[in-house]
Amino acid sequence: MSKYILFNILQVLVVMLFSPLAMGVLNRLKEIVQSKKGPSILQPYFDLLKLFQKDEVIPEESTWIFRVTPYIVFMAPIFVTLLIPVLTSYPLFWAFMSDMVGAGFVLALGGFFAVLAAIDTSNPYGAIGASRTRMVSFLAEPVFLIVFFTVSFVAGSTIPYIVQQKWVTPVSNFFEPSHILLLFAFVMLILAEKGRIPVDNPSGHFELAMIEESKDLEYSGVGAALMKWGGWMKFFVLMIIFSNVLFSPWGLASALGWGAILLAIPLVLIKVFIFILFLVVIESSLAKLRLFRISEFLSAAFVIAVIAMLASIFE
Amino acid sequence: MQVLQSTTPLITNLNALAGGLFIISAFGIVATRQIRASLNFFIIQSLLLASSAFLLGIEPFSLDLFAVGGINIITKVWFMPMLLKRMVKEEIYTRREVTQVFNIPTSLILALILTILAYFISLPWIQTQRVLSIIHVNVPVGLAGLFLGAYTLVARREAVPQLLGLLAMENGAFFAGVAIAPDLPLIAELALAFDILMLTFVIGILTRTVNEHIGTTSVGTLSELKEGVKK
Repeated sequence: MSKYILFNILQVLVVMLFSPLAMGVLNRLKEIVQSKKGPSILQPYFDLLKLFQKDEVIPEESTWIFRVTPYIVFMAPIFVTLLIPVLTSYPLFWAFMSDMVGAGFVLALGGFFAVLAAIDTSNPYGAIGASRTRMVSFLAEPVFLIVFFTVSFVAGSTIPYIVQQKWVTPVSNFFEPSHILLLFAFVMLILAEKGRIPVDNPSGHFELAMIEESKDLEYSGVGAALMKWGGWMKFFVLMIIFSNVLFSPWGLASALGWGAILLAIPLVLIKVFIFILFLVVIESSLAKLRLFRISEFLSAAFVIAVIAMLASIFE
Repeated sequence: MQVLQSTTPLITNLNALAGGLFIISAFGIVATRQIRASLNFFIIQSLLLASSAFLLGIEPFSLDLFAVGGINIITKVWFMPMLLKRMVKEEIYTRREVTQVFNIPTSLILALILTILAYFISLPWIQTQRVLSIIHVNVPVGLAGLFLGAYTLVARREAVPQLLGLLAMENGAFFAGVAIAPDLPLIAELALAFDILMLTFVIGILTRTVNEHIGTTSVGTLSELKEGVKK
């Protein structure tokens, strides 16, 4: 029993420690594709270190929401990490606390408070960004729900550990149309939800065009560090859900021993790295969509998800 | 009636996957603005049709289905796009159709309703026939391809996407056809191969002439006859 708890905490540590690295690798690779040298892959760690040492400035008009939000944004992905298979293929101590819908709800809670805090600052750019984020996420919401419906139709459950077993036994299940189409829809959701390139430009510095970034414009010091780290962890968690639950549930520890679980860490990182490579290709070859074209992007995701569901119902 | 032998689950799944992607590419033909992208989606759709024919032809081995797939690849993936690209000017393919009849999300939702309709219409048919799951996939997908092709004709105004809609209807009919009657389609496909080429030829010439005379290819907006005067 104690091992189940320890491994669950180890999962959280892996997500906390390696999520800045994933971001650093992603940024470096994008710069290399643009034939620039790019910052070190450890740059996100230096950023965090610097921000934790700085003083914090808080807008006069803001309320408690502004101060509480960084902690909620930071904690939400950690809660989700307890529920999903990061390193092991067998359920750990807190695995049955909630299912994928619950995990999505906890992640959305962080986003909800980030939006409130952006409006709370009384900075006009914050409110613009907040309303745009809401637009993207309410268009993404039906797609999320359809994806969950399809998963529960096919696997008969929404607990990530059970869903994960379903797609690989037997291996020919991997090629079910509902599965492959679900993957497409889920990648589009990750891009929309984390403000990656066809939806939003994460490296843009022009406030009027920002969607995702404009919400933490007013944060400084520890608050900014927690917001950034929380965002990176959310991204890492989404990548883990994609690669460990939906796409490639191989390479996870199946034995209850320290050796197996320590071996699983590099394997999981390799899978995340492959996903990052794929993301770099997407981000380097597509242009950012205009604001009102985002609804077209997400309705395409919706269509793909619904066809995945149709294919699983009428099989 | 002949009942197909059971195939391996891998082939069934791959065939179903080809079906799912077939519908997605039909959506692509409906909804992409750029004409070149629409054409690319049509090529992908024809490839998926051919791969479904190949997959169905493996397990109870059928040379006819392989021939159908081969003819499909030659005419629709290689020859038809080449012909179209020669006949219609290059700059038309990079053109974007900014105003379709409906805006794109509406268009996608309507097309989605047609797809669901196709699944429901084919449901009783599937249940009455004593057939295996491999046909469960092909019939509704083919029907959906047919509907979406017809919808492309309605929703798009440019000449080339309308031609693609027509050919996508044919693709859809064949997607259902290869599963329902695995022996029949070879002759039909041979006849249709020429039919498609003639169709492409005629519409290509028409598009070219229309473009030379009035400088546009959006035939959906040409609704009045005027004598003599050129705009």
